[in-house]
Amino acid sequence: MKVSDLVEKLELEVYSGENGLSNLVTGGYTSDLLSDVMGHASENQVWITLQTHKNVMAVASLKDLAAVILVKGFKPDADMEAESNTHNIPVLGTKQEAFEISGKLYGIIGKF
Amino acid sequence: MDFKYTIEGGDFSRAGHASSDVKKLLKQLNIDNQLIKRIVVALYEAEVNIVAHAKNGVIDVSILPDQVFIKLTDQGPGIKDINLAMQEGYSTASQKVREMGFGAGMGLPNMKKNADKLNIESTPGVGTTVELTTFIQ
Ligand SMILES: Nc1ncnc2c1ncn2[C@@H]1O[C@H](COP(=O)(O)OP(=O)(O)OP(=O)(O)O)[C@@H](O)[C@H]1O
Ligand SMILES: [Mg+2]
Repeated sequence: MKVSDLVEKLELEVYSGENGLSNLVTGGYTSDLLSDVMGHASENQVWITLQTHKNVMAVASLKDLAAVILVKGFKPDADMEAESNTHNIPVLGTKQEAFEISGKLYGIIGKF
Repeated sequence: MDFKYTIEGGDFSRAGHASSDVKKLLKQLNIDNQLIKRIVVALYEAEVNIVAHAKNGVIDVSILPDQVFIKLTDQGPGIKDINLAMQEGYSTASQKVREMGFGAGMGLPNMKKNADKLNIESTPGVGTTVELTTFIQ
């Protein structure tokens, strides 16, 4: 599955990193702690979080994550958007809470 | 091959910059992808610790035929009890740093898990030296 498929199925907003919409997605990880994601997320996962600053993109790119989904209507800081464009890792958004969107993502792709 | 980076304490806008650059270098050298991942996780945590906890520091990266050796030397408060600091969940991060999602107390455990060798030396009130060794095959 591609990031663009998730955007469609979960009706996500696309804030930045459009060039990464074709990135492959194999799972997801939900956390607001950067070193938790650093230690436990895997390549090609989508990261669900409420953190909106550019350090999120540093972690996402070092871990080769597929995309970031911001919850509860949070919008990325300008420098987060810029980093997302540089690394071709889309920043997406939803009004839903982490619990709901994580559940829906799990329903679509399961845990690999 | 040797590379050097300087790190400014408190400058979160550049945190991870050195790690990202080292990742690129290792890719160019065709180092195994899983190995690069482990090196970069350990280095990122050590780099961010200088930003979050110290005044300033330098990172020396040596890429040798059989290993990648990284030494991070900082000037800062140092670590009084290294065994305590190594415990998952232990953190002295400020409220501001925690709000950004740092301060879970998982950085040092991540370094331990991902580097083949982790060596930490610290003098309270002076600074800390972290050595990360990863063997290439
Ligand atoms: N370079 C350093 N200088 C001074 N203290 C440090 C340094 N590195 C680590 N410490 C101390 O060790 C503690 C644990 O470090 P660790 O990286 O595991 O967690 P953290 O940085 O607090 O949070 P996280 O890494 O999960 O964002 C820190 O909170 C700090 O007290
Ligand atoms: Mg840390």
